[in-house]
Amino acid sequence: MITEIFKGMATTFKHIFRKPVTVSYPEERLSLAPRYRGLHMLVVGDDGMERCVGCELCAVACPADAIYVEAAENTEQERHSKGERYAKVYKIHMLRCIFCGYCEEACPEEAIVLGKQYELASYERGDFIYGKERLMTPLAEAMKQRPDLHPDW
Amino acid sequence: MLQASDAEVLPTKEEEQEFERGLLLTTLDSLVNWARKSSIWPASFGLACCAIEMMATGASRFDLARFGAEVFRGSPRQSDLMIVAGRVSRKMAPVLRRIYDQMPDPKWVIAMGACASCGGIFNTYTIVQGVDQIVPVDVYVPGCPPRPEQLIHGIMLLQEKIAKERPSKHGLFHLPWHRAA
Repeated sequence: MITEIFKGMATTFKHIFRKPVTVSYPEERLSLAPRYRGLHMLVVGDDGMERCVGCELCAVACPADAIYVEAAENTEQERHSKGERYAKVYKIHMLRCIFCGYCEEACPEEAIVLGKQYELASYERGDFIYGKERLMTPLAEAMKQRPDLHPDW
Repeated sequence: MLQASDAEVLPTKEEEQEFERGLLLTTLDSLVNWARKSSIWPASFGLACCAIEMMATGASRFDLARFGAEVFRGSPRQSDLMIVAGRVSRKMAPVLRRIYDQMPDPKWVIAMGACASCGGIFNTYTIVQGVDQIVPVDVYVPGCPPRPEQLIHGIMLLQEKIAKERPSKHGLFHLPWHRAA
């Protein structure tokens, strides 16, 4: 019986000299998988043109019905995108969203992409409706999170 | 010449209230809040796939014990926090409410994941579209399921909220004879 106790204690003592497995999160972070899908970004090109042309394919593809797009025509005086139309209203309900990436897959313009930001918790349910002002990201910023994007789409 | 305006000199309404309550009570408050936020014991209330991430949060890799919240209690009587992890069906709703009612004051709720927060992809007649229809939710954590980091971030937000809390009209210590009606 004594030998069994010593055997068990030997295993316990071995663990004292092992490196701890804990990642103390707010200070140090795990590196994300290369294809990790976090917060969405609505890419704005270097020339200030939004990539989104308001085709609403993302809203159709979304399995959670979390995306709402309202398109409007571009005019000569007011041009927002290179296409005929642009997204006048673009909203994503981040609580409904399941970060599946189908919107990115459906997008023909590489306009909506999923970045690596994941700290999204908040106190109010209303905070989670992300409008255009919170989603729009300059291309350079987006490329930092997603190096696989095409700069000259 | 530099001149101080009234807004800078006069105390705000909140500050006035703090003065009235006095130094001793406000210090005691922050002590109590510190104790509360450093030992949030969650009730184990895993309902679906989010529970797997909740378990991972409690395990050694992420180690919720660093926040004093590692003791997942089997009984609601011993817990302060309900992490609703997963989709809540309409049949589960009264059970959820009952468990919440059984928890002693002060108590908090985290809605973890898309389903608990607002129904997620399950926009159907069987799933409650957000647990805030049944219980008051303090922190919403989006994600499907959220990473353990996201849940820890939610718990850190809750700790910030607790640190700012002021005693309710039922008194500082929530004595049994001060029970809410």
